[in-house]
Amino acid sequence: MPADTATLDAVQSVTQSGYKWGWETEIEMDLAPKGLNEDIIRLISERKGEPDWLLQWRLKAFAAWRQMEEPHWARVDHPPIDYQDLHYYAAPKKKAGPKSLDEVDPELLRTYEKLGIPLKERAILAGVDPDTVQSTQVAVDAVFDSVSVATTFRETLKKAGVIFCPISEAVRDYPELVQKYLGTVVPVGDNFFAALNSAVFTDGSFCFVPKGVRCPMELSTYFRINARSTGQFERTLIIAEEGAYVSYLEGCTAPQRDENQLHAAVVELVALDDAQIKYSTVQNWYPGDANGRGGIYNFVTKRGACRGARSKISWTQVETGSAITWKYPSCVLHGEDSVGEFYSVAVTNNRQQADTGTKMIHIGKGSRSTIVSKGISAGKSNNTYRGLVRMLPSAAGARNYTQCDSLLIGDQCGAHTVPYIESRNPTAKVEHEATTSKIADDQLFYCRQRGLTEEDAVNLIVNGFCKEVLKELPMEFAVEAQKLLAVSLEGSVG
Amino acid sequence: MLEIRGLAASINDKPILHGIDLTVPQGEVHAIMGPNGSGKSTLAYVLSGREDYAVTSGSVSFNGRDLLEMEPEERAAAGVFLAFQAPIELPGVGNANFLRTALNALRRSRGETELDAIQFLKLARAEAKRLAMPEDMLRRNVNVGFSGGEKKRNEVLQMAILRPKLAILDETDSGLDIDALKIVADGVNALRGPDFSALVITHHQRLLDHIVPDRVHVLASGRIVRSGGPELAHELEARGYAELVGEAA
Repeated sequence: MPADTATLDAVQSVTQSGYKWGWETEIEMDLAPKGLNEDIIRLISERKGEPDWLLQWRLKAFAAWRQMEEPHWARVDHPPIDYQDLHYYAAPKKKAGPKSLDEVDPELLRTYEKLGIPLKERAILAGVDPDTVQSTQVAVDAVFDSVSVATTFRETLKKAGVIFCPISEAVRDYPELVQKYLGTVVPVGDNFFAALNSAVFTDGSFCFVPKGVRCPMELSTYFRINARSTGQFERTLIIAEEGAYVSYLEGCTAPQRDENQLHAAVVELVALDDAQIKYSTVQNWYPGDANGRGGIYNFVTKRGACRGARSKISWTQVETGSAITWKYPSCVLHGEDSVGEFYSVAVTNNRQQADTGTKMIHIGKGSRSTIVSKGISAGKSNNTYRGLVRMLPSAAGARNYTQCDSLLIGDQCGAHTVPYIESRNPTAKVEHEATTSKIADDQLFYCRQRGLTEEDAVNLIVNGFCKEVLKELPMEFAVEAQKLLAVSLEGSVG
Repeated sequence: MLEIRGLAASINDKPILHGIDLTVPQGEVHAIMGPNGSGKSTLAYVLSGREDYAVTSGSVSFNGRDLLEMEPEERAAAGVFLAFQAPIELPGVGNANFLRTALNALRRSRGETELDAIQFLKLARAEAKRLAMPEDMLRRNVNVGFSGGEKKRNEVLQMAILRPKLAILDETDSGLDIDALKIVADGVNALRGPDFSALVITHHQRLLDHIVPDRVHVLASGRIVRSGGPELAHELEARGYAELVGEAA
C-alpha cells in the first residue's frame, strides 16, 4: 500500500487562499513523462508487474478512448482539459513530514477539531511521518495504534474469508476473480472517463466477500487508520457472493488536497443472490479558492449490478468538496425483487458546480428502487440533480420512489433538477416528488430568538433537511458528516 | 426591569411606532392591548431584534443593558423570549433537539453547564406533562403539522424550558379554545416570580382573566394612549377601542 502522500489543506472559508506547508519537500520521485500513449500504458503495466491479459485490456480501453469524444452535456463549466499534459504514473512519494502535532498548521488542527476527528487520528491525517516522530505523547500513540490496529483488522478479515486489498495486489494474487468481474459492470467503452480510467488506473481497492459471509467490520475504519493515498484514476471492485454482506466507506471528512486536478475513478459493485453491498462516500476534495480556481474535478463512474434475486445495493453519498462533481452512482437491477437505493447530500458553495444523481435500471420483476436526493446550494454555486429511472418491459410490478429536494441559501446560487423517467411496463410504478425551498428569514429569526447564532441556525436547518440521508451513513461518519456540512457552509449566510 | 423611552420604529420605511414610553418593573406582568394595526406585534419584534424593523429613535434598556445594541441571540441570552403569534415551522428539525440546542446555548452563554440528552429529556417531559402536552410533541419536528393550538402550546413549552426573564407573548391566546387557554395561562403563571417579567399582547380581555396583569396599556396608532390597572381591560371590553382611543386623542 503506497505511503500517505495526501497533502491536506485548511478548510474553505470565503476569504481563504491556498495554504502553504512549513516543512521541506524532499521528494523521491519516479514520474513518467507527461502524455498518454501506448508506451505510457505499457510502462504503467510493467511497473505494476501486471499479467499480459490486463495489459491487453488496458490497451483495448485506450483504443476505445481514442475514438471517443469528451462529453459536454452536464450542467458544468470548465476550461478544456489537456489530456497530454498530465502525468499518468507517479510512484509513491516520501515526504519529510512534520515531526509532531506541534509542527502542524494550527488552522488545520482547528478544522480537525471542528470535524470532531479523534485526537489520535489527527496526527496521521496531518501526515506526521511515523519514522521521524519524536516528542508528543499523542503522535506516538497514534503511530502505535495505526500499526497494531491495522494488523488486527487484517487478521479478522482473513479469518472471515474476506479478501480486501489494493487492486494491484488482487491482480497478482487473485487473477481469476479479477478477470471474472473487472469491466463487467462498467465496460471499457462505457463512457469517455471510464475508458480513460480503464487504460491508466493505478490504485484502488478490491473486496471479495464469499458466500454467506457477513463482513465483520465496516471497511471504513480500516481506511482511516491507514490514511490511504489518493490516486487520480482509482479502480474499485467489490463482489458479494450469495448471501454476503459488506459495508464500505470511501473518503474522508478531512479536506483533501491533491496536485492532480482530474479524478476519474471507476467503482464496480456486484451482488449475487440475497447479497447486500452498502457503499458510502464522504467526499471533501479541495473545492478551489473563492473564485473556484484550482479545485479538483471529480468525474466518477460508479455502478452496482444487482445480479442476484433479492440482492441489494445502497449508495449513500455526502459530497461537499471538489470544484466540479460529476457522478451518477447507479444500480442495474437484474435480479428478481432486487433493491437499489441512492441517498445523497450534495453541497455546493462559493463557485462549486455539481451535476450528480443516479440511474436505476429496472430489469427484474418486482425490483424496487429508492432515491432521496438533497441538494444544498449557497454562494454563487450551481447544483443539479440528474436522475434516470428506467423500467424495462421485463420489470413487471417494479417500483421506484424518488424524492428530490433542493435548498437554496442566499440569492445568487442555483438549483436544477433534470429527472428522466422511462417506463416500458404498464405494471411498474414510478413516483417522483420534488421540493425547492429557501431558508426563510423567519426561520433564522425564530432560531436566533431562541439563542442560536445565525450559523448554528443554518446548521440546524440544513441538518434537518439532510436527516433522511445522514441516517443512512455508518454511525461514526454520520457525526462527522454533520460537522462537515457545517464547515462547508461557513460564511454562506450574511 | 424593562425601560422603553421614546421608541420609534418603522418597517420598509413605513413608521409604525411613534414614541413609546413604557416601564415594566422586575417581577411584573403588563398587558398591551389595542386595535389591529396599532403596532403591537411591531413592538414585540423590535424588542426581540427582528432585522426588518428599523429603530428610528429612542432607547430600550433591560436590566441596565442597551437592548437595541444586541443581536437577537444575545437578547435571548440576556433572558428575552418572544412567543410568536405565528410560530415558525422547521422541517426536519426535531422539537427536542431544537429545544436542547437552544437551552444549552443559553446555559453556555450564562456560564452554566450544558445538559446532556438524558437530563434534558427528563426536564422536557416534566414540563410537557405540566402543560398537558402529549409526549410525542417532543419527537415531532418543530411546529410541522401542529394545529394552531398546538403551536401556541409549543411556544409555552419552550418558555417553560428556557425560563426567560422577560417573556413577550404576542397574541398567544389567538386560536385557542377555553381549555387550551387555561393551560397556557397556567404555564405562564407558573413562571411568575420576582425574576420574571412579561409583556402580554392581546386583543381580548379573556386571557387577562387567567393571567392577571399588574398594569394594562392601550396601544393605538403606535402610541400608548392610556395606562391603568387590570380593570382597564374590563373597561375596554365594555366600551370598545374606538371610544377609548377617541377619548385619548
